[in-house]
Amino acid sequence: MTANKIKENPNLKHICMNNEVSRREFIRTGSVSLAGMAILPSFLSFGCNRLTEQSGLNEYLEHFGVSKEMLQKVMAEALSRGGDYCDLYFEHTLSNNVGLMDNEVNRAGSNIAYGVGVRVLKGDQTGYAFSEEVSLEAMLKVAKTAASIANESKDFPSINLSEKVNPDYYKFKTAWEDVSIKQKIPYLQKLNDKIFALDEKVDKVQVYLNDESSYVLFANSEGILSCDYRPMFSLYASVVMIDGDKKEDFGSSRSMRVGFEYLTEDLLDEVAKEAVDGAKRQFLAGKPKAGEMPVVLAAGSSGILLHEAIGHAFEADFNRKETSIFSDKMGKKIGKDFVTIVDDGTNPNIRGSVNIDDEGIDTQKTNLVTDGVLTSYIHDRISAKHYGVDPTGNGRRESFRYAPLPRMRNTYMENGPHTQEEIIASVKEGVFVDSFTNGEVKIGAGDFTFYVKSGYLIENGKLTQPIKDINLIGNGPESLAEIEMVANDFKMDCSTWTCGKGGQGVPVSLGLPTIKVSKLTVGGVNA
Amino acid sequence: MKDNKKMELAHWASKYAKENGANEVSVSVYDSKQSEVEIREQKIDKIQESIESGLSIKLYVNGRYSTNSTNRLNKPELERFIKEAILATNYLAEDKFRSLPNRELCYNGEERDLKLSDSTYDAVDPREKIEAAMKVEAETMGMDDRIITVSGSYGDGSSRGYMVMSNGVEGFNESTSFYVSASASINGGDSRPSAGHYMATRFWDKLNPEGVGKFAVERALQKIGAKKIKSGKMDMLIENRSVGRVFSSLLQPLYGYNLQQKRSFMEGKIGQKVASDVLTIIDNPFIESGRNSRLFDGEGLAAKEMTVIEKGILKTYYIGNYYGKKLEMQPTTGSPSNLIFEKGSKDLNDLTREMKEGILVTGFNGGNSNPATGDFSVGVEGFYVKNGEILHPIAGMNITGNHKEIWNQLVAVGNDPLTDRSWQTPSMLFEGIDFSGL
Repeated sequence: MTANKIKENPNLKHICMNNEVSRREFIRTGSVSLAGMAILPSFLSFGCNRLTEQSGLNEYLEHFGVSKEMLQKVMAEALSRGGDYCDLYFEHTLSNNVGLMDNEVNRAGSNIAYGVGVRVLKGDQTGYAFSEEVSLEAMLKVAKTAASIANESKDFPSINLSEKVNPDYYKFKTAWEDVSIKQKIPYLQKLNDKIFALDEKVDKVQVYLNDESSYVLFANSEGILSCDYRPMFSLYASVVMIDGDKKEDFGSSRSMRVGFEYLTEDLLDEVAKEAVDGAKRQFLAGKPKAGEMPVVLAAGSSGILLHEAIGHAFEADFNRKETSIFSDKMGKKIGKDFVTIVDDGTNPNIRGSVNIDDEGIDTQKTNLVTDGVLTSYIHDRISAKHYGVDPTGNGRRESFRYAPLPRMRNTYMENGPHTQEEIIASVKEGVFVDSFTNGEVKIGAGDFTFYVKSGYLIENGKLTQPIKDINLIGNGPESLAEIEMVANDFKMDCSTWTCGKGGQGVPVSLGLPTIKVSKLTVGGVNA
Repeated sequence: MKDNKKMELAHWASKYAKENGANEVSVSVYDSKQSEVEIREQKIDKIQESIESGLSIKLYVNGRYSTNSTNRLNKPELERFIKEAILATNYLAEDKFRSLPNRELCYNGEERDLKLSDSTYDAVDPREKIEAAMKVEAETMGMDDRIITVSGSYGDGSSRGYMVMSNGVEGFNESTSFYVSASASINGGDSRPSAGHYMATRFWDKLNPEGVGKFAVERALQKIGAKKIKSGKMDMLIENRSVGRVFSSLLQPLYGYNLQQKRSFMEGKIGQKVASDVLTIIDNPFIESGRNSRLFDGEGLAAKEMTVIEKGILKTYYIGNYYGKKLEMQPTTGSPSNLIFEKGSKDLNDLTREMKEGILVTGFNGGNSNPATGDFSVGVEGFYVKNGEILHPIAGMNITGNHKEIWNQLVAVGNDPLTDRSWQTPSMLFEGIDFSGL
């Protein structure tokens, strides 16, 4: 049941938390497949004034064609059977995609998603329904469905809605909706050409640019009414290199909540170099010896360790149901003094940041582990109420089609007292890993894995032979206790990480300074 | 039942796109309904219902190509959506391989009832759905003091798809599915092992919750005390329901996309030995009530039965329309339908007894495989077997190797294919696999 996974990009990486039975996916099998990518030259308005990143609450209400009175009526219906709480989540998301294959920018796509989700809570119980049509009649119908989680007749006092103004963690200059496909195309072509120019062994290149603009209007029975504009940009390049009869591939990506100004020549150079250097190194790579050994995790994307080893198991829905291996560890010392781990929704422009979570709660920087002590789980409204603590702003959903769950945002470890040099020098025989594609965890057993795309052997305190394509396994509480050294070189990773749980994907990020874990089981070969 | 309005909408969109500059068009309209309920402690934990619809359109404009989709289905908005998409497509580079598939390869409209849809779907009483989920959990009550929680779920879905292509191809499909599932969490001391199980059917009257919850609890209980053992080369027996995870890495390099992009270790392997003699796989899209049965695929290509691997020899790739043109190969289909494996003569217990030393793998954890090179490494859990006897559960171990080699190390397949899945995998026994542990 509880495997949680993460993946890094549409083609490659995925971090997640999956139920073994992925309900939505298998129900959908059998329908005509739906294309998902996008390209609209400019915003598609809905016959009214265009909504922009500067729009205020009234414009959002107008855009969705609703008034405060309508929202009040829908909420009254939602709570008519005795629910304790309800919320309405309106979303309009436009996604565009443009791609390059075989040297030409020859594919593109667009998607529009529009609708409203109605959720009713009764204690720990959830009723959820959504409509793709935003009329009073349609909303009352789904509110009635969601209301049925409770079963008594009750009059709820009228809700007085007032605007909640959010902070802005994703400032940008040029919104993606103002950028035509014509302006994007040259960047893809340039990135392709830069990659080919770097090495003559380059044989195949693919480049994809996705952007998304999401407008969210939120109202709940506590009287909160708020709106949020959420931009997202992703760039991904992959390369296949051929040398004689040997073939290797590598990819590089960036994804952030930024505008068009982020896409620069420098960024293209960085991505091109990362992809080519990565593939080149794979030709020299072998497999390590199988078994347990010390592992040094490089600063940056190695934060996948925290996401899998600790993050999912800290999500309070699992702890509330006591299915997590960390369920009985609150307030206990679980790591060394220099281990401080946070889940943060406030990092400017980072992929996992949110101005407000998807149930109307302010986002924050939450200390999960402080100086080695477990100080907070990752909460949504239901779990915060269960534990009698303030919510942490981690209630997130993939879209209006889903009820929120406790989810990570940007999960990382603060700097420690050591240096990368000291850490590598301290290992006699082990591995150094610096590039990853995906990971997974079993919440209850605590066993987590992450897949290493590339790294090096460490022999007598020095990096030697490159290694590739190996899975690492550890156990959450054990590995946390076995973090022996933490360097002072923290780096946030800005790849396209998407976290999956209960069939829902949400954008996240992660980061880490260089650290040493005294032992993990390294996939490898036996003599 | 076909909704003629949706079919008309697909025809309208195709015509509208052609009138506004598209040379060729493929339109899909879909609608679906879903409901699910989750039970804990004989109380509803979550209930969800939804109705969805949408349209997706593939546009071929002056030799250029794009795919676009929306769930806003009123005509004024669709008109604007289609016009803007056509305009944008014009900015792309020409791609001479983009055109609708050859008409002769496409579905010809012949109707055939694959028994995928239950006409009673809308008539099922919601109370019976809740009851089904309740039963899943109820049968586990009192089974063992170490149970922390068991959740029982019921879910169903009904979906219809309408496809209209400007070359005259038209198709309709509909299907329903019903499932019950359980997930159990057990207090195992230091660890809280969990396990899940499900059963799925296309017809409501075939759904049987019995045994689903019990299986999940029993499997989770068996995991108590799991430990890592020393690294080494050993036999590996993969239980039927877990085979798919490793098998998918053998399929990946057979896809046209991977072959054309030089991301396949199967390039040039048609007619060659890629696995041992015991592996024979047929792709059969016409199985009645099959999980992935179909008359045509997502590109409108007519479904047909084909042999994928015969006694270890590779017989076909999965080639869709576009990559077929790029590779100058005849398209087959871009993705598998139902995969039928030739059965062996023994069941899982017999195969276990044949193992000298090895691991019976019942689940995977993370890991990945590189279709370009065949390299893989995957986490495993299961049971340590010595001289045919299961000794104890194992966890936290990896298997590592290369797909070019391990399929030749396949020594036996079971007689136990999973008939309610699209990949009807039997259990499989491999020898000489690299396990990493202590």
